[in-house]
Amino acid sequence: MTAMTSDVPPALVLPKWIAPVLLLAFAYGVVPLIGSSYLFEAILLPFLALGLAGVGLNILTGYAGQVSLGSAAFMAAGAFAAYNFNLRVEGLPLVGSIVLAGFVAAAIGIVFGLPSLRLRGFYLAVSTLAAQFFVQWALTKFSWFSNNSASGVIDAPRLSIAGFALDGAVGRYLFALTVVSILTFLAYRLVSSQTGRNFIAIRDNETAARIIGIPVLKTKLLAFAISSFIIGVAGVIWAFAYLRTVEPDGFDLDRSFQILFIVIIGGLASIRGAFFGAALIVVFPLALSRLGGFLLGDVFDSGVLDMSQRIVLGALIILFLILEPDGLVALWDRVRRRLLFARQST
Amino acid sequence: MPLASYALGVMEASVYAPEVFARGLPASLRVEAQPEDRTTAVPAADAAAPLLSLQGIGLSFGGVVALAEIDLSVRPGEIRAIIGPNGAGKSSLINVISGVYRADRGHVRLDGASYAQVPTQRLAHLGVARTFQNLALFKGLSVLDNVASGLAYKVRSNFAGQLLGIGRSRGEQRDFLSRADQILEFLDLTAIRHRLVGTLPYGLQKRVELARALVAQPRLLLLDEPMAGMTAGEKSEMAAFVRAARDRFATTVVLIEHDVGVVMGLSDCIAVLDYGRKIADATPDEVRNDQRVIDAYLGVASNDEALSVNEGRAGI
Ligand SMILES: Nc1ncnc2c1ncn2[C@@H]1O[C@H](COP(=O)(O)OP(=O)(O)O)[C@@H](O)[C@H]1O
Ligand SMILES: [Mg+2]
Repeated sequence: MTAMTSDVPPALVLPKWIAPVLLLAFAYGVVPLIGSSYLFEAILLPFLALGLAGVGLNILTGYAGQVSLGSAAFMAAGAFAAYNFNLRVEGLPLVGSIVLAGFVAAAIGIVFGLPSLRLRGFYLAVSTLAAQFFVQWALTKFSWFSNNSASGVIDAPRLSIAGFALDGAVGRYLFALTVVSILTFLAYRLVSSQTGRNFIAIRDNETAARIIGIPVLKTKLLAFAISSFIIGVAGVIWAFAYLRTVEPDGFDLDRSFQILFIVIIGGLASIRGAFFGAALIVVFPLALSRLGGFLLGDVFDSGVLDMSQRIVLGALIILFLILEPDGLVALWDRVRRRLLFARQST
Repeated sequence: MPLASYALGVMEASVYAPEVFARGLPASLRVEAQPEDRTTAVPAADAAAPLLSLQGIGLSFGGVVALAEIDLSVRPGEIRAIIGPNGAGKSSLINVISGVYRADRGHVRLDGASYAQVPTQRLAHLGVARTFQNLALFKGLSVLDNVASGLAYKVRSNFAGQLLGIGRSRGEQRDFLSRADQILEFLDLTAIRHRLVGTLPYGLQKRVELARALVAQPRLLLLDEPMAGMTAGEKSEMAAFVRAARDRFATTVVLIEHDVGVVMGLSDCIAVLDYGRKIADATPDEVRNDQRVIDAYLGVASNDEALSVNEGRAGI
């Protein structure tokens, strides 16, 4: 890939920061003006939350090579922690609750990351299931977490920053966009730092990493902590900005798998990939239901939709694993390169 | 991959060894071998205390005795070869020295300190670096980053500082990259510094692994078959790099190599293993004429029947 980019004539090689900056300018400046509330509520908000969760899992699984099936548990931990900090700590600003929630998720991540010091691959994945079941169980069992609400479903606090309410769809979108942008930028810095290279070293060859003096145990736990922090904050966005309710049920094993699929489909060890994968996962069911309704009419009810969604998604994942193991992001880079070369030769 | 290079190793042994014993050293090495240089390069050899010594090392896997009562003493600045048929226990010995394996019996003395198991995590701090028989590079990193990772044990900055680009992290990063670049230059790898290491041909990957080990300027360098699977030309190039590294950094080298010709030209001393036992430990000339060595190892090369027996063992 590096060799390829150097083949492109200088005029076509733009500085790396151009694309993200243009994208952000569009997301902040244009989207709020033209987007419908359907676009925000049904597409962009879940996309941002899941994309961020994907970034978090990618740090752990894609970069540090530690498989996890507990992502939804860390989302839940973040959402409930933020809710409780907000509820119980007088005068704590929303941003404070969110950061503290991230730390709570990170702490839980470290605890459930301990098995990674002994276990690998499949066995580690199974042990992270413990996080999934334990957190969900604890949140349902102890009603203190949901402020003793009878149904266990609680309204998320209204979003506001410095007294400025962000209640509407656009406001919540801008809030989510800001949080996701900041954390994604930091994640990007992380993976190209010494710590990020240590993650990759441990993933690619743990024995060699230990021999050259990378503190393997510490680094693995750090990967769990950072990843869980990001996923925890993604959980806050999911609950506070997208659903506007906080409930344990939304953070089940299905959600954990969904985030894993996002990472696999988007591309392991790619920050961009997480957003590619999230876009596909969010848009795909909507597109499928439209298409199904259009082709089959009333027969295509929610039951059929749900089933066909699982089947097609499953097939898609298998296809990706076989044909494009590096994910959508590799596909995208290839297409873009083709286009550049095509333009060059005409 | 391991299987392929294993097969290659077997092949090399059978291809090169007969040539050695029919006509002496391969041509490429006859030119390169410079005994006078070698003796002058070894600093006050015999008087110095050993940098590395093994005492009564024993190791078995289930019923297989990989190492039995191995004693070994390596002087500072020496290039010490370890040879022996496949399965003789050479890699196990390097693994014991680097703490990857824990010996059942015996001690490893490194620079005065004695260990039942060498602490792998502290190996780099102890000034020991190694390469692996089957490449152990970080495929997802560039050549430069792989080599710079050889300095990871020196990292003092924390991840928060690295994220924000504050504190020690910047200076540290600059220092690592410039040292990595110097080693790349030294090993003639500068042209490929930004390539992903997984995309390189095998011989170059071997050299990158040497670079990663050398960048920390270790006092003891352990090389497990650094020339396996290489062409004769690549081998003599690699041998020259190993010698140059020793001369430039005063590094003590322990190296495993199948190609007896390469070993004779490169090393100051040769230890011969057979079935986990050390059957000889002397200068190349003495080893060449040692009857037990000829019977156990060298002899098989000139004897087709014995060679096939030997290959049978290699398959274990
Ligand atoms: N990790 C291991 N598990 C089981 N057996 C091993 C292991 N490492 C080495 N052995 C055995 O120990 C013996 C010596 O192997 P090794 O040190 O790799 O030999 P060499 O490097 O000389 O070819 C062989 O019989 C091998 O099968
Ligand atoms: Mg070996």
